[in-house]
Amino acid sequence: MNIHDKKVKKLEELANKIRQDIISMLLEAGSGHTAGPLGMADIFTALYFHVLHHDPKNPLWEDRDRLILSNGHICPVRYVTMAHAGYFPLKELKTLRKLGTRLQGHPEREKLPGVETTSGPLGSGLGQSAGIAYAAMMDKKKFRVYCIMSDGEQQAGNTWEAAMFTADNKLNNLTAILDRNNIQINGMTEDVMPLEPIREKYEAFNWHVIEINGHNIEEFVDAVEEAKAIYEKPTIIIAHTIPGKGVPEIEFDYQWHGKPPKLDEAKRFLDQLRTIGGKIKSEHQ
Amino acid sequence: MINQKAKLVPDLFDKSKLEMIPTRNGYGKGLVQAGEKDERVVVLCADLAESTRSHWFREKFPERYIEMGVAEQNMATIAAGMANYGKIPFISSYAAFSPGRNNEQIRTTISLNNLPVKIGGAHAGISVGPDGATHQALEDIALMRVQPRMTVFVPCDAIESQKATVAAARLPGPVYIRFAREKTPVFTTEKTPFKVGRAEIFKTGDDVTILSCGPLVYEALLAAKNLEKEKVSVEVINNHTIKPQDEKTIVNSVKKTKALVTVEEHQVMGGMGSAVIEMLAKKYPIPVEMIGVEDRFGESGKPDELLEKFGLTHPHIMRAVKKVLKRKKD
Repeated sequence: MNIHDKKVKKLEELANKIRQDIISMLLEAGSGHTAGPLGMADIFTALYFHVLHHDPKNPLWEDRDRLILSNGHICPVRYVTMAHAGYFPLKELKTLRKLGTRLQGHPEREKLPGVETTSGPLGSGLGQSAGIAYAAMMDKKKFRVYCIMSDGEQQAGNTWEAAMFTADNKLNNLTAILDRNNIQINGMTEDVMPLEPIREKYEAFNWHVIEINGHNIEEFVDAVEEAKAIYEKPTIIIAHTIPGKGVPEIEFDYQWHGKPPKLDEAKRFLDQLRTIGGKIKSEHQ
Repeated sequence: MINQKAKLVPDLFDKSKLEMIPTRNGYGKGLVQAGEKDERVVVLCADLAESTRSHWFREKFPERYIEMGVAEQNMATIAAGMANYGKIPFISSYAAFSPGRNNEQIRTTISLNNLPVKIGGAHAGISVGPDGATHQALEDIALMRVQPRMTVFVPCDAIESQKATVAAARLPGPVYIRFAREKTPVFTTEKTPFKVGRAEIFKTGDDVTILSCGPLVYEALLAAKNLEKEKVSVEVINNHTIKPQDEKTIVNSVKKTKALVTVEEHQVMGGMGSAVIEMLAKKYPIPVEMIGVEDRFGESGKPDELLEKFGLTHPHIMRAVKKVLKRKKD
């Protein structure tokens, strides 16, 4: 299924709107992660509005594709995208991280139907994805499992235990998506605990590896389609992304990993997003 | 008096007539039985199929047995994924590694996710013997009982282990079941009642209550029998479900006896006895003595030598009973 230029453009516009809503919800919440969610907005938009077989009105539909978010801390991008897809009202985004909310600081399976797993502690998403994929294969189910991971959690042993299991069992119904944005809390991944050569590591673990520009929706959709055609191995899409993407003044800055914008910053960030970094005029100007 | 309703073996104190079987065998049999009853049951094992007796399930249902290799953290997460889909996974390893090594994965991906993964922890306690401290789990009850939603079973013999395993498969949430390596007396029967969350009175008495779990329940019965000769009337309760706790049976017993000894093959800190006295301190405070491992690691030795050295055999239980009776009088 190729994706038409017109649809790509529509998805890009939607991704920009999702970035704006991420900024607004983080401002309202007063805590949370900024860089990662902005960096993954294009991929989440493509997943929910083109790739996934899902039904926002029936989030527990048994044949749905499963999207497992291993790095739960980037949940703002998932929440905003789910709201846009119709899982819950957009106004609920304002409840992020507040008492009684379904939008917990790190996502919880039982609180919000559709988030699939409770996550946050890093390194355990790939194993859960592989467990679902294995069970689905036992029952000859056709749905696919997608697992989004951060690059930081490639430092966790559980990730590699799961990588070994997934390849050993040839779980070709599982596609992992690695958000390779090069930052983690303490700094750049290659300074904290180097991951490279990450491609060769997965190849050595018997995975099929595709590298893409994580902000190019067409490349992402092509990679997802390629993964479906690989029978002997699971596939990992290494998506090179820019942390803080869309807000030039915070792009690539690891210090924006785990903090929300303040009011003046949020205003500036929203302006930068609305004008695509000053390239167009905003209706708010 | 032995409680006739407990339907224990007839020759309870005749060692020549007692069968000696490790509780882990009951787990292995229970897995097969649970697998026969429900095709959603799957068994995952981290390179310890024979010692955890998971190989009996593997022989019967090879397509539902999943080999994990030496990867207990991954075993917990794979099981969480399978349960998330709709399977009923049992994960088998030594208790020192599961729930020892993979505690966070159990917490987040199983308990917080509220998924029906059943954790079988074998080789718990110092009676593991010559393998030494690394393999003698003495903290597993403490780790598991503090997790919300977790049910914790410590069966007293192979027959009860089988019942607990089958019951675990039917429970909707996560369960931890603790097993021992060594052969221990089989003193319950198929007819002995086993109900989740209900402690069973194995022997009635008026002067002191002994609450125990696991194979040491038999040592508690031996202590009680010997104390009868000294005109001390001991009530022995098999407290197999650490959580949810049977407050009613425990409180009713100590209201009668007004003295308690807890007996377990686990750290005194945080174990079954701790769970009981946390509750009794609020509901019915009485003098308590606790038999268990006193804040130290195990070591190599023969199982019976270790049980003796660590003060877990019936003579030690008898001394604890006398001590608590003295405190009760004071």
